[in-house]
Amino acid sequence: MAEDANPAASAASAKPEMMTGAEIVLRALKDQGVKDIFGYPGGAVLPIYDELFQQDELNHILVRHEQGAVHMAEGYARSSGKVGVVLVTSGPGATNTVTGLMDALADSVPVVVITGQVPTTLIGSDAFQECDTVGITRSCTKHNYLVKDVNDLARTIHEAFYVATSGRPGPVVIDIPKDVQFATGIYVPPHNVTHRTYRPQVRGDAGAIAAAVELMARARRPVFYTGGGVINSGPRAVTALRELIRMTGFPVTSTLMGLGAYPASDPQWLGMLGMHGTYEANLAMHDCDLMIAVGARFDDRITGRLDAFSPGSRKIHIDIDPSSINKNVRVDIPILGDCGIVLEDMIAAWKEKNLKPDEDALRKWWEQIDVWRARQCLSYRRSEEAIMPQEAIERLWAATREHDPIVSTDVGQHQMWTAQFFRFEAPNRLLTSGGLGTMGYGLPAALGAQAANPGRLVICITGDGSIQMNIQELATAIQHRLPVKVFLLNNNYLGMVRQWQELLHGNRLSESYVEAQPDFLELARAYGWHGIRCTKPAELDEAIREMIAHDGPVFVDCQVVNLANVFPMIPAGQPHNEMLLGEETANAEKAGV
Amino acid sequence: MSDSDSKLSIPPASTYFMVEEKEPVETHTLSVVVDNEPGVLARVIGLFTARGYNIEQLTVSETEHEKNISRITIVTSGTPHILEQIRSQLKRLVPVHSVADLTLEGDPIERELALVKVRGEGEKRVEALRLADAFRARVVDAHTGSFVFEITGKTRKVDQFIQLMKPLGLIEVVRTGIAAISRGPEAMKV
Repeated sequence: MAEDANPAASAASAKPEMMTGAEIVLRALKDQGVKDIFGYPGGAVLPIYDELFQQDELNHILVRHEQGAVHMAEGYARSSGKVGVVLVTSGPGATNTVTGLMDALADSVPVVVITGQVPTTLIGSDAFQECDTVGITRSCTKHNYLVKDVNDLARTIHEAFYVATSGRPGPVVIDIPKDVQFATGIYVPPHNVTHRTYRPQVRGDAGAIAAAVELMARARRPVFYTGGGVINSGPRAVTALRELIRMTGFPVTSTLMGLGAYPASDPQWLGMLGMHGTYEANLAMHDCDLMIAVGARFDDRITGRLDAFSPGSRKIHIDIDPSSINKNVRVDIPILGDCGIVLEDMIAAWKEKNLKPDEDALRKWWEQIDVWRARQCLSYRRSEEAIMPQEAIERLWAATREHDPIVSTDVGQHQMWTAQFFRFEAPNRLLTSGGLGTMGYGLPAALGAQAANPGRLVICITGDGSIQMNIQELATAIQHRLPVKVFLLNNNYLGMVRQWQELLHGNRLSESYVEAQPDFLELARAYGWHGIRCTKPAELDEAIREMIAHDGPVFVDCQVVNLANVFPMIPAGQPHNEMLLGEETANAEKAGV
Repeated sequence: MSDSDSKLSIPPASTYFMVEEKEPVETHTLSVVVDNEPGVLARVIGLFTARGYNIEQLTVSETEHEKNISRITIVTSGTPHILEQIRSQLKRLVPVHSVADLTLEGDPIERELALVKVRGEGEKRVEALRLADAFRARVVDAHTGSFVFEITGKTRKVDQFIQLMKPLGLIEVVRTGIAAISRGPEAMKV
């Protein structure tokens, strides 16, 4: 959040500081605690780059595509809790950030993107590299600004950081015309810059919280459904969540974005829920009588058919965004607030009223859950000749546990297998594109995470389709010494699309087979990376060991079985208790209630 | 997909499920107080079009110059569920101060203005003037062969006036959107 400049000093210095717009930008970023910026220079932003050159407090990481810069800022923010900052030029520089901005908006990631713009006098004249940045990014940002007066610049930047980080976090764009960067104006320090009217509510209503804990004490089949909001709220929320769950003894599941808030090794953990969630998690959600939703938004990947979603349950919904409440699913007790604070208040209320869960009913509920667990829904058949992708992820997880790695994924089957098999014990370890599902997210996000966490093991698990979308960032890793490990599950198909085509479109594989794949290791080596290939299960462990041991960026081409499918799967249009299960699951393929 | 057999019928092979909306559609008047900053109207309209909400009428103008505040009055329609979403989505916008659903809060006072050009002679001309008098419309422009009337009132009243002018030589109409305000002593939060 905004770091205050020394208030005493600022109050004492009555003389306002005058500096150029470019200097104001750097000064404002420094006062906001920014250490790293991801960017790509261009004509409209040269004055800022000129200032950047003449200082050494802010570190600039040169990307190879502006989309990569935004995903890097996202990985940086997600893995550290800080704001990710991007600097790009006007026109194509700004439009290249749109996908990343939409991704940050969909997953509520705090990112501030500064775009250059043509001089104010040329705006609207179809100048070179001019585009209506504010107009184009209006719907893919939480808020955006065009600064036409240099004296507004400092305040705008501080306000942008406030907007990006308060309430439900999100991306903010600041468009700065070149003449404003050259002009001289007053610098305003950050303290006391909030916003006149945008003040999200963070403390939940006490009456609603009291009612909620009463319901929890009487519940016979409760379940916690947690999401990315817990991780966005911060360590306080994670601690409070764990305490509340352990106190009550209730089962807990999480969305893709919330993985790690509750440790996967704990017996109360049911696994991820949703379209590719575990059998036990989805059935627990369907059959529960009380659902406690914390920092999750009832996305359609989770609910399946809405009219059949958890029909018999009462629902408590804790969320900081009022428009998420009652949007898809009617809830009984909505609690608007920051889930960290609400959870702490719930714990206090529970203790104060001396509440206890219904132990008898809970015991029976856990017995039922154990019956569902016995289906072993994530089972798959191993092979001696070829590597099953699930096995690759499992071996990777086992071999890297002691390093507590940060893992980013791209989008598709590998992403789902990572969520299923890479058992996360702590938050801020999984970086993935959930809401937007952007292929090409993985490599830059891993690089951003590495920049925020030097010395840490950072792995990007990816697929052969996704990795090529931002493959140019292999160069950024070398230039800035970011020793990320890319673990490619190479199956020559756009796997998730192929799976849908096989299961729902009569196996008509339209454009999902990828011909003309490069030799990925030759490509990686051309960029200066170390390359490792493995094609047989027996080679896996050694390949992973070498990957970890090597000092520098490593590209592992792990060639896996081509036609594996992700199970369980709830096909769209099905209720969330009707799942397709893989062949290996104990007792039959298609499971009913 | 909404019939009772939907569970048995084969769902469309889509990544999304499609549900029909069954609730009745209502028309509501919303009053939105915003910062008067460049682009704020585009932001509000962008929200409506992006999420597929209806804009039936829209009026906007500055209300408090010193505080830099504007007021946008929007007439929109949707199911109660959609209307609730519209209100929350509007409140979520950073430059929005407050959102009031005047229809929900009860029977707001609504007025709009129309300028109506009528070209007529003889009997029709006399009849037009008589009707204008009945509707308390003023003549703001007069020539030997034509009038321009100014009429204010509820939308229904203005609609009626225009309908009546049609056979009497109506040739052009320009209308504003509605301005609406709640009854009683409470003011909207600014």
